[in-house]
Amino acid sequence: MTATTPTARKALELPGLPLGNEGPVFREPWEAQAFALALKLHEDGYYTWSEWAHALSTAIDQAQDDGDCDDGSTYYSHWLAALESLVTAKKLSSSTELATRKDEWDRAVRNTPHGQPIELEAGQR
Amino acid sequence: MADDHDHHEHDHHDEHDHHDHDHQHPMSDTALRVKALESLLVEKGLVDPAALDQLIDLYETRIGPRNGARIVARAWTDPDFRAALLANGAEAARTLGYEGRQGEDMKVLENTPETHNMVVCTLCSCYPWPVLGLPPVWYKSAPYRARAVNDPRGVLEEFGVRLADGVGIKVWDSTAEMRYMVLPMQPAGTEGWSAEQLEELVTRDSMIGTGIARDPQEASA
Repeated sequence: MTATTPTARKALELPGLPLGNEGPVFREPWEAQAFALALKLHEDGYYTWSEWAHALSTAIDQAQDDGDCDDGSTYYSHWLAALESLVTAKKLSSSTELATRKDEWDRAVRNTPHGQPIELEAGQR
Repeated sequence: MADDHDHHEHDHHDEHDHHDHDHQHPMSDTALRVKALESLLVEKGLVDPAALDQLIDLYETRIGPRNGARIVARAWTDPDFRAALLANGAEAARTLGYEGRQGEDMKVLENTPETHNMVVCTLCSCYPWPVLGLPPVWYKSAPYRARAVNDPRGVLEEFGVRLADGVGIKVWDSTAEMRYMVLPMQPAGTEGWSAEQLEELVTRDSMIGTGIARDPQEASA
């Protein structure tokens, strides 16, 4: 699949983006979800593309300073870190809110017996 | 009880903060962070979940259902491979170069004139990524997860699949350790077709069990 939107074309130019013959490759669903979230928030005007590129390169630089293996396998961890930092910088959410929600999902998964769909409410009780 | 302990405050950039891994917790710390971000942004109305899913579908490429289609077409044309696939799905897929990262096991379920298999993950969205790519939106939806177990025939009908009387339905619940893929029945009238031709008849849904392989007449029309 080739890039079909202006944002998608810009994404293909990001240094280090894991690419296969037909476009970006994801190893796990969360990588694709994080990828789509970042593109969508930009498309909807919450930040400019240069703000995104800056946040991403900052996250990558920071990881490299911390001894990241830098072989591409951690690319989407940096992507997610950049997304979290930009989302909080733009006050779309806060780190407290994100941490609380993450714990709620964590509890929801743990509190849900196997065979039942996981609902967020199960982590908010 | 261990499930109820409050997690300590932690810096959410810390990759080393791993929770204890019990077998019912297939979501990694990172996946939970993405889930938190996504659910908050959707809840605030900042992101349209349908638009997100469209974008993901668009990019759902290399580890896509075509891998699974190749496996199925090979099984239809090569009896030895078929036997190996049914005996050990993950290993047979590996021989074709399709391998999961976590070495999760994969069982291949053979549809027969008597039995139709259907796969669900009631817990979250465990899915054989290496062979089917990313799970479709409906696979992750609460109604599918709940109804596939309670009313599989009704779900199939909604997908446009009407099974002949007397065909039993088996529903398989995926876990973090065991993923399932359905080996659909080869459509009648395709005897002697090449694996490449047959591949085109294998849909993603037919490998989840919410569909059957495409009719060769329709496919060529």
